[in-house]
Amino acid sequence: MTAAVSFSKVSRHFGSVRAVDAVDLVVQPGEFFAMLGPSGSGKTTCLRLIAGFEQPSAGHIEIFGETAEGVPPYRRNVNTVFQDYALFPHLSILDNVAYGLMVKGMGKTERHRQAEQALEMVKLPGYGTRKPGQLSGGQRQRVALARALINRPRVLLLDEPLGALDLKLREQMQEELKSLQRSLGITFIFVTHDQSEALSMADRVAVFNNGRIVQAASPQEIYSRPKTRFVADFVGSSNVIDPAAMARFGGLERWASLRPEAISIGAEGQLRANVRSSSFLGAATRVSVLAEGVSLSVMVPAGQPVPDVGADVNLGWAPGDVHYMDDVA
Amino acid sequence: MRSEPQTGASFPLKLAAGVGIAFLHLPILLILVYAFTTEEKSFQWPPPGLTLKWFAVAWNRPDVWDALWLSVKVASISTIIALVLGTLAAAAVSQTRFFGREAISLLVILPIALPGIITGIALRSAFSLADIPYSMWTIILGHGTFCVVVVYNNAVARFRRTSGSLIEASMDLGADGFQTFRHIILPNIATALLAGGMLAFALSFDEVIVTTFTGGQQSTLPIWMLQELIRPRQRPVTNVVAVIVVLVTFLPILAAFYLTRDTDEVAGSGK
Repeated sequence: MTAAVSFSKVSRHFGSVRAVDAVDLVVQPGEFFAMLGPSGSGKTTCLRLIAGFEQPSAGHIEIFGETAEGVPPYRRNVNTVFQDYALFPHLSILDNVAYGLMVKGMGKTERHRQAEQALEMVKLPGYGTRKPGQLSGGQRQRVALARALINRPRVLLLDEPLGALDLKLREQMQEELKSLQRSLGITFIFVTHDQSEALSMADRVAVFNNGRIVQAASPQEIYSRPKTRFVADFVGSSNVIDPAAMARFGGLERWASLRPEAISIGAEGQLRANVRSSSFLGAATRVSVLAEGVSLSVMVPAGQPVPDVGADVNLGWAPGDVHYMDDVA
Repeated sequence: MRSEPQTGASFPLKLAAGVGIAFLHLPILLILVYAFTTEEKSFQWPPPGLTLKWFAVAWNRPDVWDALWLSVKVASISTIIALVLGTLAAAAVSQTRFFGREAISLLVILPIALPGIITGIALRSAFSLADIPYSMWTIILGHGTFCVVVVYNNAVARFRRTSGSLIEASMDLGADGFQTFRHIILPNIATALLAGGMLAFALSFDEVIVTTFTGGQQSTLPIWMLQELIRPRQRPVTNVVAVIVVLVTFLPILAAFYLTRDTDEVAGSGK
């Protein structure tokens, strides 16, 4: 099967800055692919390379088997939902959505009919006569989505699509984007710095740092088997333990990650620890403990006894739950 | 909470403001009145009588028509040149980064900061060095130097407010460079260009100094008026023409002001 997007040794340099540095990447057709990383890690530049707003300094990009270098954005079967939505302020919502069809030369009646359908798909029927300035952030984002999807792209690029929305709207849009992607079968590639968004939405996640992909894998893999310390730190929520502490805990003298829910508090544990604080999360309670001078977080599921703050407890975990990592960024 | 604007300004302040405005505008009113006076050799106040005859006299003077026609041609062509060059320069400076961008920005604006007499002398010596005969086109070149600035300033301000991602969005949706210019860039900068163009037209229409240095034997309307003031015959004709000049330059400036007043809302859908 031809890959939807493939990068081989792609670099993009701005002066002496290597925004993207020899990246290899394959996105499969129909995949919901996330590019995750801190700002300046090269994820947005990768997206712009696919859209055609940037040209690679070195390397080769293919989109559905066709060479992408030198092909201008308007000749790529790829559409983008911009971070600031980039709706045309002087056009009505209907004309915004119909823009791609208009520049292809489709007649007014037909393109307005299709635009109306696209607005229905994003649950904004009847909003066509308004101007972008009259819509809320969430509505503008749906318009941007309809405007991109009406062109039936083979790849849809989303640049921090949910960044500007509040939490409730963001969760709702996550659901809608997922179901939209499933029903349309289009390859979605989205850029985000929010690890929970990437893990909950994507089929596969590429974690970026310093212009390189550190790890590209399923969310489960990224979460439970981070390849390097950077991934474990950035994806967060896991305990990152340094080599010296790991040796004191009786493990190998290497960097390791240990998921909070893999640690159990109980009498059978070997390790003494002191409870520093605890916070109730609903389905579980997150307990912060200090063991051998290392601060660890432990997830106690609801229904099990939660130790008091200041109490001494025993900790235990199965050796197989310790995941050793490379000490590289 | 915003505080209410203060209403009662003190009487001396009101008086001073009134005197200031009168000082600025009464002379213009005088010009208007003198266009109707019956006395033709000197400006006598109050006018001994009022007549409309000077409008008819002005209408029948071919030199007035020649000067007016030349001024309209010069102002129109200068404005068109300024619109093209000013927009291109503004687009380059605001949309791209290149070496020497700030320097070019300064160089474009410089002609309006330079005294007209410097521009005029510089152009005159350049024209004679290059053996270019003085004609309507040399006047247009001279006017172009400051008309470009007006258009550039208006366009660059609008370009800075127009998000660069709009252009990318248009290209992303399948529009090539020309379609993007026609459907996205032009509608977004149209009012700024209209305002800049009108200001440029008005500036060119009443320009004297640069015209003196770059014009040959022909006179534009303002130059014609200067020459006419020296002759003590049919003086009110000059005032009639002055009234026309005020109207021709004032109306575009007023229109430009209204067009750019609320610049947050971009007018004109380009359809």
